[in-house]
Amino acid sequence: MEQPAPIVRMSGIGKRFPGVKALDDVGFRLLPGEVHALMGENGAGKSTLIKVLTGVYGVDEGEIELAGEPVAFSSPSAAQQAGISTVYQEVNLCGNLSVAENIFVGREPRRWGRIQWREMRRRAEELIGGLDLHIDVSAPLASCSLAVQQMVAIARAVDIEAKVLILDEPTSSLDADEVAQLFRVMRRLKEKGIAILFVSHFLDQIYEISDRMTILRNGKLVGEYLTRELPQVDLIAKMIGRELADLEKLEGKPPARVAEPLVEASDLGRAGGVNPFTLTIRQGEVIGLAGLLGSGRTELARLLFGADHADSGSLRVEGRRVALRTPRAAMNQKIAFCSENRRAEGLVDELTVRENIVLALQAARGWSRPLPRRRQDELVAKYIAVLNIRPGDPEQPVRTLSGGNQQKVLLARWLIMEPRLLILDEPTRGIDVGAKAEIQRLVVELSDGGMAVLFISAELEEVLRLSHRVGVLRDRTLIAQLDNDDALTTDVLMQKIASGAPV
Amino acid sequence: MSPVGNRALGALTRHRLFWPAMILVALLALNVVFTDNFLNVQMRDGHLYGSLIDILRFGAPLILVALGMTLVIATGGIDLSVGSVVAISGALACLQISELADQNAVGGVLSAIGLTLVVILALGAWNGFLVAVVGIQPIIATLILMVAGRGLAQLIADGQIITINSSPYKLIGGGYWLTLPFGILVVIALIALTAFLTRRLALGMFIESVGGNAEASRLSGIRSRGVLIVAYTFCGLCAGIAGLMISSNVSSADGNNAGLWIELDAILAVVIGGTSLAGGRFSLSGTVLGALIIQTLTTTIYSIGVPPETTLLFKALVVTIVCLLQSPAFRQKAFRWRRPVPPPPVPREGSSPPSAGVGAERQVREEDEPVREETVRNR
Repeated sequence: MEQPAPIVRMSGIGKRFPGVKALDDVGFRLLPGEVHALMGENGAGKSTLIKVLTGVYGVDEGEIELAGEPVAFSSPSAAQQAGISTVYQEVNLCGNLSVAENIFVGREPRRWGRIQWREMRRRAEELIGGLDLHIDVSAPLASCSLAVQQMVAIARAVDIEAKVLILDEPTSSLDADEVAQLFRVMRRLKEKGIAILFVSHFLDQIYEISDRMTILRNGKLVGEYLTRELPQVDLIAKMIGRELADLEKLEGKPPARVAEPLVEASDLGRAGGVNPFTLTIRQGEVIGLAGLLGSGRTELARLLFGADHADSGSLRVEGRRVALRTPRAAMNQKIAFCSENRRAEGLVDELTVRENIVLALQAARGWSRPLPRRRQDELVAKYIAVLNIRPGDPEQPVRTLSGGNQQKVLLARWLIMEPRLLILDEPTRGIDVGAKAEIQRLVVELSDGGMAVLFISAELEEVLRLSHRVGVLRDRTLIAQLDNDDALTTDVLMQKIASGAPV
Repeated sequence: MSPVGNRALGALTRHRLFWPAMILVALLALNVVFTDNFLNVQMRDGHLYGSLIDILRFGAPLILVALGMTLVIATGGIDLSVGSVVAISGALACLQISELADQNAVGGVLSAIGLTLVVILALGAWNGFLVAVVGIQPIIATLILMVAGRGLAQLIADGQIITINSSPYKLIGGGYWLTLPFGILVVIALIALTAFLTRRLALGMFIESVGGNAEASRLSGIRSRGVLIVAYTFCGLCAGIAGLMISSNVSSADGNNAGLWIELDAILAVVIGGTSLAGGRFSLSGTVLGALIIQTLTTTIYSIGVPPETTLLFKALVVTIVCLLQSPAFRQKAFRWRRPVPPPPVPREGSSPPSAGVGAERQVREEDEPVREETVRNR
């Protein structure tokens, strides 16, 4: 099959951040007139690759060619001038300006220094019309729907002579009609020969719009595929992958637990978060949650911790009905939650390792009953040793630690609370293999000690290795709960995630 | 110099209060040049007198206001209403005292002060309520009381300047106790109280946590609303006591001018003291130092005879210099050429204290990123 010359060619791209290799020998090419999906789970390196391409980061290794010329952009605006425009998930336009102003801000048509408003509106109408949109270009952007705002951003990008358009999760906050509208615009642009790089977590959309896809995993290139030749199950297998490498094998499958129910959720749900689900967690049981990003894994966990309010259903802890309105209420029930988002929802950067570790315990005691400093030091020293936190200086600001050690600090914060249910949301994401194995081993130990663990991970291998039962989520719904017996393999799980057929 | 001495000096200059302390010393030195016997402290009639004592005495209200402001700023907020609270407090106390049959009755004065402080606490709690419960941005929420409070103070005083003649009340701002001006003792007591609440009890950790990362604090079980309300209420209380002091010192309450612009001086003192306006870590001793710098500067302006019409300009100039000296980035640039050998240590990000105050560049955070990049921003 004859292919046009690629407009973008990246080869041997390497990007190293302290402690982690974000991109390792990644190759990528983008053809004119195609929609190319960049696939991979969180932390796979998609964002880094885009940022390297658009000049947000420099590259450590490798070359980037645009239309056959080697390039190295020093900034996103340099990339934009060369014809690579990016539209992010969060529209970064000004809601208070009109549609036309937003399209032309910074490069308004002028004559003798005066802005020609009429000319600007005319050209804006032309552009918007060209995208099959019919809106009032003098209306403030904020009055338009998110989809329209998204498209205004695209219109702006296209008008700056874009040859390459990067759409980073443009559909995550759009409804079905808006997505259809966006796809119409994308097809139009494709016909004009613009190359579109598309990132989305919605597989159906990928299959609807993309021609080819490049899959990344853990910073490495998995491969480039024609969308129509790659079945969904294979795609998921390639994205999630099998990471057997250095991880310590735990022997056999964990035996099933037959203890008393600890937490029973019945029809618990939250509109816009996760659809009503029924789930029983027993003492000492590890429940794994599998599902792709955005499948409602985190939302489910947040309901069990009171981080969000449930708006339907009920929750029982040891048979007693409870309403978890705040995290504090969940803490009183001895439920703990390590967020997947360490920086935004977990650690307080400015505080020291010690302060971060004792934070929840101190919060539970209240401000007027300080934990004696000696007790703090003992606890912190103990958990630094148990979890092997490095460097082990408790007075060091937590932000100076590596990702894996930050994760352990967060774990320590909750372990000193001696919870009965520990919710771990992606505890091993983005941390090195050694720390990962340590955390996995810890989960097994805690469960043997009688603690219930809800373990959320995108890595199916890990979920299967640790869990007694596995809950599968898809499209914000808990579609299956499977006993982790010999019949359950990653392939079965992938099939479930992909097909979505309820059991 | 020996390497050991060098290292000790390096550690000293890197201490976060080194530069503010140097600035204070420089300002004092300037005064020594221009004023005879500036450093002399004498005992007269059992009272301590001297320029240094005066700085402390006149600086007392500012230190108080800045103390409360520190906690509010550490939560990531700001309180613009402290000036108005100063005015309300003075007006309310003086009004009640002026209506006493015997203005020298200790009981009457105490009950006037007590009632005033209750009202002031309510005003501070109101600010906290607007910020924490209603969710208004602190600058707007406190702007309401800043504007309304001035009006309220004038309303209380009926548009007049209330003058009183009460010796028990005079004690607060103008009297002496144990050879020291009473105001200084009040300040010391409040500093001790604040330090106890924040550093011995866990309030300081909660404030720093909420100011550093409100969502993470919530998910750790901290009731951030309560923390915010406490901070604003405490700030109001400090301003109220400062208001009592100011009106006591002049035995009158001027709703129009009492505490005018003191909020700006207080914010400045906090920032000079090394607390970041973005919230998080705070330093009480830094704030006290910052307030002393500003008060010394005011004294200096008079003592070296800066013409009145250029006073504000002079003050602005010094403050600019102070802020520049506080900025590690600026020091790096400005002093590099002086000592090419040995080269100044390249400041790594993170080697400066987390809340280095003015000029400390906060790293831009993006939340839409996978975990991998986080490690980078941490460096």
